[in-house]
Amino acid sequence: MSTRLASGGRLIDRSKQVQFTFNGKQMRGHAGDTLASALLANDQMMVGRSFKYHRPRGIVASGAEEPNALINMGEGARFEPNQRATTTELFNGLVAQSQNHWPSLEFDIGAVNTYFSRFLPAGFYYKMFMYPRAFWKHVYEPFIRQSAGLGRAPKQRDQDTYEHFYHFADLVVIGGGVAGLQAALAAATAGQSVLVIEQTADWGGRAPVDGVADDSTIDGMDADAWVAQAVAKLDAMDNVTMRTRTMGAGVYDHGYLLAYERLRDHAPEAKGPRHRLWRIRTKQIVTATGAIERPLSFAGNDLPGVMLAAALRDYVVNYGVSTGDRTVVVTNNDDAYRTAIVLKQAGLEVPVIIDARPEGGGALMAKARDMGIRVDTGRAIAKVKGGKRVTGVQICAQAGEGSVLEEIPCDAVAMSGGWSPVVHLWSHCGGKLIWDDAQAHFRPDPSRPPTGASGEGFVIAAGSANGALALDAALADATAAGVAAARAAGGTPDDAPPPKADALGEAALAPVWMMPQGANIKLRMKSWLDFQNDVKVSDVQLAAHEGFESVEHAKRYTTLGMATDQGKLSNINGLAILSDALGQPIPVTGTTTFRPPYTPISMGAIAGEARGEIFQPLRRTPMHDWHDANGADWEPVGHWRRPYAFVRNGETVNEAVMREVRNTREKLGLLDASTLGKLIVKGPDAGRFLDMMYTNMMSTLKPGKCRYGLMCSENGFLSDDGVVARIDDDTWLCHTTTGGADRIHAHMEEWLQTEWWDWKVYVANVTEQLAQVAVVGPNARKLLEKLGGMDVSREALGFMEWADGTLGGFDARVYRISFSGELSYEVAVPASQGRAFWDKLMEAGKEFGVMPYGTEALHIMRAEKGFIMIGDETDGTVIPQDLGLDWALSKKKEDYLGKRAQQRSHMTDPNRWKLVGLETVDGSVLPDGAYALGNGVNENGQKVMIGRVTSTYHSPTLNRGIAMGLVLHGPDRMGEVLDFPGTDGKTYKAKIVSAVFYDPEGEKQNV
Amino acid sequence: MKRYSAFAIAREAARYHSGWERAWRSPEPKRKYDVIIVGAGGHGLATAYYLGKNFGITNVAVIEKGWLGGGNTGRNTTIIRSNYLQDPSAAIYEKSRSLYETMSQDLNYNVMFSPRGVIMLAQTHHEVRGYQRTAHANALQGVTTEFITPQKVKELVPIINLAGPRYPVLGGLWQARGGTARHDAVAWGYARACSDMGMDIIQKCEVTGVRRDGGRVAGVDTTKGPIDCDKLGIVVAGHSGVLADMAGFRLPIESVALQALVSEPIKPCMDVVVMANTVHGYMSQSDKGEMVIGGGADGYNNYTQRGSFHHIEETVRALIETFPMVSRLKMLRQWGGIVDMTGDRSPILSKTPVDGVFINCGWGTGGFKAIPGSGWGMAELIAKGRSPLTDAFSLDRFKEGRFIDESVAAGVAH
Ligand SMILES: Cc1cc2nc3c(=O)[nH]c(=O)nc-3n(C[C@H](O)[C@H](O)[C@H](O)COP(=O)(O)OP(=O)(O)OC[C@H]3O[C@@H](n4cnc5c(N)ncnc54)[C@H](O)[C@@H]3O)c2cc1C
Repeated sequence: MSTRLASGGRLIDRSKQVQFTFNGKQMRGHAGDTLASALLANDQMMVGRSFKYHRPRGIVASGAEEPNALINMGEGARFEPNQRATTTELFNGLVAQSQNHWPSLEFDIGAVNTYFSRFLPAGFYYKMFMYPRAFWKHVYEPFIRQSAGLGRAPKQRDQDTYEHFYHFADLVVIGGGVAGLQAALAAATAGQSVLVIEQTADWGGRAPVDGVADDSTIDGMDADAWVAQAVAKLDAMDNVTMRTRTMGAGVYDHGYLLAYERLRDHAPEAKGPRHRLWRIRTKQIVTATGAIERPLSFAGNDLPGVMLAAALRDYVVNYGVSTGDRTVVVTNNDDAYRTAIVLKQAGLEVPVIIDARPEGGGALMAKARDMGIRVDTGRAIAKVKGGKRVTGVQICAQAGEGSVLEEIPCDAVAMSGGWSPVVHLWSHCGGKLIWDDAQAHFRPDPSRPPTGASGEGFVIAAGSANGALALDAALADATAAGVAAARAAGGTPDDAPPPKADALGEAALAPVWMMPQGANIKLRMKSWLDFQNDVKVSDVQLAAHEGFESVEHAKRYTTLGMATDQGKLSNINGLAILSDALGQPIPVTGTTTFRPPYTPISMGAIAGEARGEIFQPLRRTPMHDWHDANGADWEPVGHWRRPYAFVRNGETVNEAVMREVRNTREKLGLLDASTLGKLIVKGPDAGRFLDMMYTNMMSTLKPGKCRYGLMCSENGFLSDDGVVARIDDDTWLCHTTTGGADRIHAHMEEWLQTEWWDWKVYVANVTEQLAQVAVVGPNARKLLEKLGGMDVSREALGFMEWADGTLGGFDARVYRISFSGELSYEVAVPASQGRAFWDKLMEAGKEFGVMPYGTEALHIMRAEKGFIMIGDETDGTVIPQDLGLDWALSKKKEDYLGKRAQQRSHMTDPNRWKLVGLETVDGSVLPDGAYALGNGVNENGQKVMIGRVTSTYHSPTLNRGIAMGLVLHGPDRMGEVLDFPGTDGKTYKAKIVSAVFYDPEGEKQNV
Repeated sequence: MKRYSAFAIAREAARYHSGWERAWRSPEPKRKYDVIIVGAGGHGLATAYYLGKNFGITNVAVIEKGWLGGGNTGRNTTIIRSNYLQDPSAAIYEKSRSLYETMSQDLNYNVMFSPRGVIMLAQTHHEVRGYQRTAHANALQGVTTEFITPQKVKELVPIINLAGPRYPVLGGLWQARGGTARHDAVAWGYARACSDMGMDIIQKCEVTGVRRDGGRVAGVDTTKGPIDCDKLGIVVAGHSGVLADMAGFRLPIESVALQALVSEPIKPCMDVVVMANTVHGYMSQSDKGEMVIGGGADGYNNYTQRGSFHHIEETVRALIETFPMVSRLKMLRQWGGIVDMTGDRSPILSKTPVDGVFINCGWGTGGFKAIPGSGWGMAELIAKGRSPLTDAFSLDRFKEGRFIDESVAAGVAH
């Protein structure tokens, strides 16, 4: 059984007990435990089920590479699936539940899959479930979906907060093991800013654990002491920032680095954000990210109780936890001997060390033998015995096919297939790898680093992440890396010698990809590569056999490396098997692509603070609160909210709209027009520039005058419209649509910056500087005159003119323009005065029957007048000529944006659909977006269409449905009745009429 | 070719799967082919497949510089729908969608087409009107779609937040027979069928030049030597501009990185595909349980298959707004593909200025769904010189101003 040892555990505090539950069972651990070490201490070996066969799964690793120990954690708004127990720090009240089983962890129905595993090899689902056709959607797929997936889906809204953090550093060292610390020490002497980050809660990495077996020292100190003084030194330097629980997540172009800090995962009740995403700009990155141990591929290597040798040792040394009483060690290298030695020192039994190398190892083997541990060389595990946990191993010759020589009872197996440098961060942005034959792993190729803007490399690997696995080599490599990084970042670091390390030397490893070497198919079908996704040696071989020869094909066909550990344990073993099957060297096979993040990071952290109300912050006009308090039914328009209508008690929204239209046409309406875009265009070349931007001539507009302008894209399509006012000789004010302000501003800037960069023009977006109110209706002038101030008479301020002055004491700019067909003024006041001005208008307007109106009333009134609306009559495919706006296309100008495009054959095609008015025969309202039906079908079998509705309303003024539409040869077909099939099954009949339904002579607005 | 079936699996299980054939051969190139297709993505392979199946042209090579299906075909978020607005688009996408319905049986390869339904959320009045318009058009185009209420949206997607403070859900355009398929399987299924018809799929072979004889194509230069052909189909997505340059003409195409990401797998919680175009995010759940999330395209042109992280941030924010539970999932992996964008965001399936050279590109952010339909039309175009499915997508349209603009109805077009 696995249990807490009586002593030991450098990371735990035995005086502090911590309570937690696993699958409802109360358990106890200590402060400093991870959830994984605490589970082991409570003899909870089995912690989950695998993905495909629902096989029992135990903890196999002690860090970020863990593929098995994934749990549903927390409750309610704090619930989160797929938390890795090995990287979860224990806290009081932690609630953990195992995943992917039904009804329980011990008895899982899905486990029958394992008996059918022979029928479920790699890619089986591509070959079956095809018949009968309907079964995929209704039977097979729902079944597969239910049995797939791991943790449960969270249900509630996340109550935690997250934040983003910007950081600038000359150098960032990723990894706080001895190599990372040493690299930082070496680099920091240059005085540049250095950030050192470590993903776990503790500095020091592997060295303090590995040193135990060796009695190793660094500069005469044990590793813990050396780490403590190194951290103290770094902490004391002003130019160094240190962060634990912070993982290097991704390396992006030009030295952009993402780090993920877990602030409160270990203390969920504490205040503050849960995670913090660091967005770092740096000159040089040192990846001292260590190495990950590889499993060995033997039959039954997936049973709970089979663990990575170094992980087993971690649990003993760091947490005082034993995984088993009798542990068989199996290895192809010297490092695993350290585990045997540590176990023996802790008083646990190691019946045998099985070393696949014919000659065995070096000094560490000698030490183990001296301690009385049996070492068998040239041997292998033929098969691990057991069901839900290991009960023994069968030993065979590594060179053979698996005939059993001996069976040894045990309750744990420590395996080691050698070490692979963590090259993820090096690789994210294009760093290349080379194959190291001696150590049988890929490591960073220093001659092909990821390169930044200058073409120079910006990542340097250090220590075991660079393939320097031995302690002295790692420290020397890290020193050099730190110095090199500081130099590359422009500093002059001191040239200090690396610390002196004294550890036992290691004999060479022998690559072992299959155990035993000649394992037969039955064993290969039981030898796991990917524990979570249930990919076995036989699966990869089958992929190769079927022609999935590219490593990417093999990965996708078998799902190798696609689990939540992204192949941290399985990839190298898998591609070695693939290479062998294809008869080619491993480097020819190559690796799959390393993609960020290094380990999964929370979506909450990625989103940061911007959620809820401040996800795309809402823009509010100065009158927003008044609207809100007065019945506004809000409509999102761009980033703004605009009142759709102001609904009174007892009224429906539609009734409100009708009332607003009638009141405005009969008396007086106020519209908050502040959201309309207002761009100032200024400079000696402004007129010339606007002549290019607009289809109309703007340079000849006189100061004091307004003109309705159209803007087209360079492809000729109508993109925006609005009234332009000439303010003075070199200043124009351009109104845009509400949604168009930012877009048109950017559009103008783009042309100014890329095409006409030498023209003297500035554009400023002053939309938010001004509050604007449309005062509309027969009583409009009376209201303004009542306010007093500037002369707004017909004579002083004619239609399409503007003037500056004061109104009721407010500084005002008044435009006489109309989008409703009524007598209308648009009054702009400074934004800070907007609300007061609005209040004043409402107050003073009472006697004239004033009422505010919303966007829908605005739309109806403009449609009654036949005015087009950008976004309704236009959709990016419509040109001004389609809308009968030819009058706004200047014939005098040599050029404007869109002019040339509008001369293309399709643009001048007489068969383009043209704007008309539409009146239903029965007075009802045409459905929005309905199409007019033509005759027959086209070559692709689609019914022929000859027109469509672009806007449609009930007009309270005419008391009938009115619509605008684009119709084939429309203006030539006045009076014709067209069929518009609705999606409601009805066909609507509508007559083609003029689009101007109200006051065609313009008598009302020009008074 | 030995057929795949549950019986075949049982048979092979008895002999430890030693009897399976290669899914496709790995031949050396011949000296000459009737037709060469450059690019073994979905579109290239489907073109080859229908050349053989519909026109009996099987002396065909598909030349691929990497591994087949390794371009955008193997990187996309696999949304399949045909609720497009414009007639030519609706025609080719609906043809495609209908071919997906029977693709597994046609190819004897389970491509896992899952008609689980696609919802495009309407979150502004403008979008509501746009989708109502699309629904009207679709009805006449023979595409079954429906504009649904927020309540129906909620029934279909229990994890959705209808009353987002920023953009409430006002309805949605629902295509019940839209869905997803397994992207790799589509490429592999076509490759296996092509290989079975005797076509050569030549992987790890890069086309480096297009050889002409006067105004006509004569063949290609490759990293495995020159190969002759009568007709050449260029189907290379993000690298179309490069290939066109080799053939001596220019294309109105820009190449940008488009990104996607997946969460760790969880138990089923969303059966349909949801696209939220106002906030720019879309999501579905794969059969494996991962939430598959599509991101935005970079604003600058490039050929690195990575993309910038701030787009991921924007996408994830949009999704948390739409599906609050996403906040407590983790991002497992992010990646990018190079998409080929035209000015009107619609594809090009066309003859070219060089006689005998045909081009199929410009599928941009949304061509996975089009693979079978595009292959069908492209094969007809190559074999007969024209196809009603591809007519409107000719290169001339940029000269004539005859754009096929879909952004009308939806901001993004996945
Ligand atoms: C992140 C992302 C998400 C997407 N989501 C969706 C979605 O949900 N739904 C949807 O319908 N579409 C989606 N798409 C778009 C879709 O993936 C593509 O439109 C489609 O896959 C294009 O297929 P293809 O065969 O044209 O291109 P590819 O699959 O890219 O194939 C082109 C092939 O040409 C090869 N090639 C290039 N140059 C040469 C040369 N010189 N010699 C030989 N071979 C060459 C390449 O290696 C490549 O294999 C998405 C795309 C991306 C990137």
